[in-house]
Amino acid sequence: MISKKTKFWGYRRENGRVGVRNHVIILPVDDLSNAAAEAVANNIKGTMAIPHSYGRLQFGADLDLHFRTLIGTGSNPNVAAVVVIGIEDQWAMKVADGIRATGKPVIGLGIEGHGDHDTIMRASAAAKKFLQDASEIHRVECPISELWVSTKCGESDTTSGCGANPTVGNAFDKLYPLKTTLVFGETSEITGGESILEARCRTPKVWKDFMFMFDRYQAMIERHKTSDLSDSQPTKGNIAGGLTTIEEKALGNIQKIGRKCKIDGVLDKAEVPTSPGLWFMDSSSAAAEMVTLCAAAGYVVHLFPTGQGNVIGNPILPVIKICANPRTVRLMSEHVDVDTSGLLRREMTMDDAGDALLDCMIRTVNGRLTAAESLGHREFSLTRLYESA
Amino acid sequence: MIHFVVHEKDDGVGVVVVEGCKVGQKTTGWIMEPDSTVNVSLKSDIPIGHKVALKDFKVGDTVIKYGVDIGKVVAPIKKGEHLHVHNVKTKRW
Repeated sequence: MISKKTKFWGYRRENGRVGVRNHVIILPVDDLSNAAAEAVANNIKGTMAIPHSYGRLQFGADLDLHFRTLIGTGSNPNVAAVVVIGIEDQWAMKVADGIRATGKPVIGLGIEGHGDHDTIMRASAAAKKFLQDASEIHRVECPISELWVSTKCGESDTTSGCGANPTVGNAFDKLYPLKTTLVFGETSEITGGESILEARCRTPKVWKDFMFMFDRYQAMIERHKTSDLSDSQPTKGNIAGGLTTIEEKALGNIQKIGRKCKIDGVLDKAEVPTSPGLWFMDSSSAAAEMVTLCAAAGYVVHLFPTGQGNVIGNPILPVIKICANPRTVRLMSEHVDVDTSGLLRREMTMDDAGDALLDCMIRTVNGRLTAAESLGHREFSLTRLYESA
Repeated sequence: MIHFVVHEKDDGVGVVVVEGCKVGQKTTGWIMEPDSTVNVSLKSDIPIGHKVALKDFKVGDTVIKYGVDIGKVVAPIKKGEHLHVHNVKTKRW
């Protein structure tokens, strides 16, 4: 059972935030810099490159989101230090400077005028020092209120709505009064459940802010759709798992925010919340995109319920999998951290399930590796708003 | 033994939570709110995770789950039959 007295062992960062991992990352600004970043991570064992596909010729709000996501990723308290590599100096420095505002060690390097060899050599020297320094940072005891917890479900089926998602909801209802900082999102997966969310918004302003994001997302879908989306939302996996409509999927999704906690505010994609409470983040419902945005917003541990067996992980956040589908638990046990299939046999109460998840979460933030971490899942996916110029 | 789960008492569907449910099988459902049970004789094979109709539906009817509208009926469904994308569609998009 967790209470106000519950503590966990975390890494206190320069800006006061608390992380639960101690990564030294090699962060490319753009696709062209992936090779150098991966070479550095190969040279300096124990550092981690985070390759991705974008970062050239983006502009406007899409470019802002790109920078916000990269700077947020480097700023996450699970990260001890960062080596930023870009093709051009200017954007590499912009990302490095953004991360440096947290006070953590960071260096920015541009490849142009130097080439990969020279860049990799200089970046490796910095990475080696960062890694050795980070290895001397020790975990300290921290109050539960300093924990930031995100949630998003994936490869959902109908058992998600009966078992895995309400398990997260039960945990959120217990975490909320402890002044933790919580987030959920998946804007299109509220479709059909808007009235439930309205009743949970703390103020009319929060509801208005939510509806602005919701209507914006619906307008985007209306603008681009060529069908009723039954080929993609619900996904083929959702439908194979028994989910029939987006409304049914949304009602299952909403189970993750429990019965009691109120929505205190609304965040744009990768935006950092300003106070404890439950936040809604405007976000894609694609698993890796959403978890990447949560990491960029500063969350340090992720609760991920699944039905059919999503295997996602994240380079920055430990992703804890919860599953209540007995078939998935049997066939894909290596991916499941918390088995709540007993709920559907009436062998386990929702309170038992929530407590089992919280117990696993505390062990995870104290250092136990998740299934996804052990299996090497490091999916990092940037959200794009539109084409590059 | 529980074969399917119903979220709320006025829901028109239950979710099958065990593998191998076959046509003709007598099944028991657990209504989570309030805590009670209901029996249904299956008129289709229903895979785990898929839904069983708890009443007869005609075209145009609304399907209720979690006490909320989850879509419209597009082909008639009998109590005990498999309710899914072949007979129910979204009202959105």
